[in-house]
Amino acid sequence: MRCWERPLIEIIRLSVNGDSHEIGVPSHYTLLETLRYVLGLTGSKQGCDKGDCGACTVLLDGLPTLSCILPVQEAIGRQVTTIEGLADPDGPHALQDALDLTGGAQCGFCTPGILMSAAALLNVNSSPTRQEIREALSGNLCRCTGYTKIYEAVELAARALREQRPPAEVLRS
Amino acid sequence: MKLEDFRQKQAEKAASQEELRRALESEFQIIGRRLRRTDGLAKATGRAVYTDDISLPGMLHGKILRSPHPHARIVSIDVSAALELEGVHAIITGSDMPVPYGIIPWTRDEYPLCVDKVRHVGDGVAAVAAVDEESAERAIGLIDVEYEVLPYHLDPEAALEDPDTPIHEPRRPGENGNVSKHVHLEFGEVDRLLAESDVIVEGEYYFEGTTHTPIEPHCAIAHFDPGGKLTVWSATQVPHYLHRELARVLDIDVAKVRVVQPPVGGAFGGKSEPFDLEFCVAKLAMITGRPVKILYTREEVFYAHRGRHPMLMRYKTGASKDGRIEAVDARTILDGGGYSSFGLVTTYYSGQLITAPYQMQSYRFDSTRVYTNKPCCGPKRGHGSVQPRFAIEVQLDKIAESLQMDPIELRRRNLLGTDTRTVNEFRVISNGFPQCLEAVERASSWRDKYRKLPYGRGVGVAGSCYISGTNYPIYPNEMPQSAVQLQVDRSGRVAVFCGASEIGQGSDSMLAYIVSEELGVPIDYVRIQSADTDLTPVDLGAYSSRVTFMCGNACIDAARKIKRQVRDAVAEAWGCRPQHVALAGGWAFDRSDTERKLPISEAFNLAEAKFGALGSMGSYNTPKDIHGDYRGGTIGSSPAYSFTAHVAEVSVDPETGFVEVGKIWIAHDCGRALNPILVEGQMEGSAYMGFAEAIMEAHVFKDSGLHNAPSLLDYKIPTSLDTPELESLIIESLDPEGPYGAKEAGEGPLHPSIPAIANAIYDAVGVRMDRLPFTPPRVWAALRERGRLEAAGQLTPWKERSAISQLTAVGD
Ligand code: FES
Ligand code: FES
Repeated sequence: MRCWERPLIEIIRLSVNGDSHEIGVPSHYTLLETLRYVLGLTGSKQGCDKGDCGACTVLLDGLPTLSCILPVQEAIGRQVTTIEGLADPDGPHALQDALDLTGGAQCGFCTPGILMSAAALLNVNSSPTRQEIREALSGNLCRCTGYTKIYEAVELAARALREQRPPAEVLRS
Repeated sequence: MKLEDFRQKQAEKAASQEELRRALESEFQIIGRRLRRTDGLAKATGRAVYTDDISLPGMLHGKILRSPHPHARIVSIDVSAALELEGVHAIITGSDMPVPYGIIPWTRDEYPLCVDKVRHVGDGVAAVAAVDEESAERAIGLIDVEYEVLPYHLDPEAALEDPDTPIHEPRRPGENGNVSKHVHLEFGEVDRLLAESDVIVEGEYYFEGTTHTPIEPHCAIAHFDPGGKLTVWSATQVPHYLHRELARVLDIDVAKVRVVQPPVGGAFGGKSEPFDLEFCVAKLAMITGRPVKILYTREEVFYAHRGRHPMLMRYKTGASKDGRIEAVDARTILDGGGYSSFGLVTTYYSGQLITAPYQMQSYRFDSTRVYTNKPCCGPKRGHGSVQPRFAIEVQLDKIAESLQMDPIELRRRNLLGTDTRTVNEFRVISNGFPQCLEAVERASSWRDKYRKLPYGRGVGVAGSCYISGTNYPIYPNEMPQSAVQLQVDRSGRVAVFCGASEIGQGSDSMLAYIVSEELGVPIDYVRIQSADTDLTPVDLGAYSSRVTFMCGNACIDAARKIKRQVRDAVAEAWGCRPQHVALAGGWAFDRSDTERKLPISEAFNLAEAKFGALGSMGSYNTPKDIHGDYRGGTIGSSPAYSFTAHVAEVSVDPETGFVEVGKIWIAHDCGRALNPILVEGQMEGSAYMGFAEAIMEAHVFKDSGLHNAPSLLDYKIPTSLDTPELESLIIESLDPEGPYGAKEAGEGPLHPSIPAIANAIYDAVGVRMDRLPFTPPRVWAALRERGRLEAAGQLTPWKERSAISQLTAVGD
């Protein structure tokens, strides 16, 4: 093998879930590869590796982004949030709790990506309509649920966040 | 009573007096409630560890070299250049594992890597283990395979007529090597009853193949320790069968093989048999002494396939003028692809599983599964019966049309009933189909819509049934189909060990609900350890909708053994009769005096003191006298059948032929909903998947044998914007043999989607869509044809159709 075929290792600084990491990554790595293989953050999933399924969705400065087609260099100097960074230490994010309550995760493989897209939506729209939710999630394929219980979860979480109450309490009321 | 501190803590969290009194009045504490899953939060927080999330120290990465030809003889393979590449540790080819395998023991016709021939584009030829994926990928490119290209067949009818191009060697001399399986069965006097029928409807239906498309690609990791023990982690639905096949193919003692199934990211039947990657990682790990992982690319998932068989179905159905089904005569050709997979069973299912929910006076089917040079078909959700269900339900719609009868009414006139046998002699006990029909009729406002909506909009109905597991295991044996082991800790924590595969359907949760119900412990005291052949007793796997029924019964069996001991021990301590001791809400308490109670952990401690360490085994096996006594009579027979009815509402754009499915009402008889949320999830997911097959999906190949669209962009599965509104209506018929009356819910509710949509399209614009999927060009062409006939005066314009319910009184 000729030496130039060996991937170049680059030292970069990456901010993920509030932590700043100095890491060596092969320069051809995507953000998803960096998260999963270098940082061990395996919550973001790989369903296709070419931008078709949404399972790898993370937030880049708050905007939903497909990490499998984003060269890792593009994430330098920006805030990356993954599913592992959605919750506070004191408990799950309202979206996570609501999804659990409505049964919106079956196999759960689409779930991290779905929740990141939903989180991005709720960041800019605190009371989305069902149609707005459908549009916000249209880049995330789910093969298990038929989406219904995912919509219910996003609606429930939105209400819980608005009313500053736990989703379980909102559901009971 | 003086309690230790930590017991006091448990007592504080346990049920209140008021709750205990209420517990005495209700039949169940846990069963039937809308509860969280046991794995929901782990999945929602990204903590669930799937196979590809596992990384072992020193792990190598594997890649499989795949054939570019649909049919070719392998002349030679030269791996020398690839082996020299830096980072490459091992390369294997077919001759390293020359043992054929297959999920059905009688039809083992594939090799982990092809030995002499490749039979479809994508067939595996060699596998590499290297330090990283990139090196493995490069090495694959350096392997030199010389092929002798052979003539090939992509069309099953052509393959059938050309035995001189055999895809497999004939099993016996003189036989056609392209026939994978042929089944012909007849029940009653079909020809006579057809001749005597008042109406006969003939139709030819074509079901395009579709594939499972789980969002998680297949992945496997193997580890081989110096002591000779092989461990394989795999995204499989059948760890037990994989366990056996690994040992057989690799020729190692089965006791030295361990299969672990982490949570699976969707399967739908697409992971229900061994795949090449599992054998390859194992062999490569054995050769290199290093752990090896292979993760399929999305493209490989499409080529691995095992999805729904394309079927060409010719149906002739006869009925009396009052709507009774007199005879059904079906001839079916199944396009099997390159190998057998479950094909023997699929061929039977294509005929055996449509004999309910309607009574048929006579029935004949002739099904032939044919090999073609395409990726192998297998079981997809609703295995083998989704295709003929489409045919028969559209046939019934056509009969209703020609009798000028409401199609729901027609179905009511043919109800099978309870405690009965089907025409092919399957025993049916519980049957909630009439209630399913009624529920969708009411919820959809059927009577206000059928033949009454404006031109371009329509409703359609269809029904179905499905099995709750099959009667016999895949390899013949008399042992239980499922077993559960419980182990109780002094803290009150109960561990459940079961071979069942959690693939998203909620089997782990189901086990936890049952243990919690039976032993009175909070659900979060129950730990589930599933699908690890070193730890868990055998369950045959997550296929044919067997898990709730079979593992559920095994779990009840195990739990009640412990319950008996606990009640005996507490009764002895209290000096009362064991029947007076109830276990619920974290307590053991006296039924006649709810003030007298013990935290459940104390009750377990009493039992442990009296009986020794607390644990139990439970198992379930199917009854064996529930099918006909003819060859193949066992295939498709089940201890219980679920029933479903759908109404679909569509609008069809007459200009473009675009069909929009607005809503599907799904009524499903699941026996009893152990957790309605999970049952609804299965119903919605099923109806979604059926909708997708009706309107969008086509697993098709180019003339070269290449897959037409092996990506999630080009193979269209529905996004949130495509998916119709779905409304679930649970019907509970309480099956006497099911766990608390439960039956399956995971596959049955898919079946009626497709024919209900086809029938709705007819109601909307008067065209019969007998070929799937119902894409705009097809619908548009059918509309144009109808327009031509209308213009020629050969058909009454559909816009002027009259409401059928005015022509035939509903319900008479
Ligand atoms: S893995 Fe990124 S879109 Fe599929
Ligand atoms: S829950 Fe399985 S893909 Fe969405």
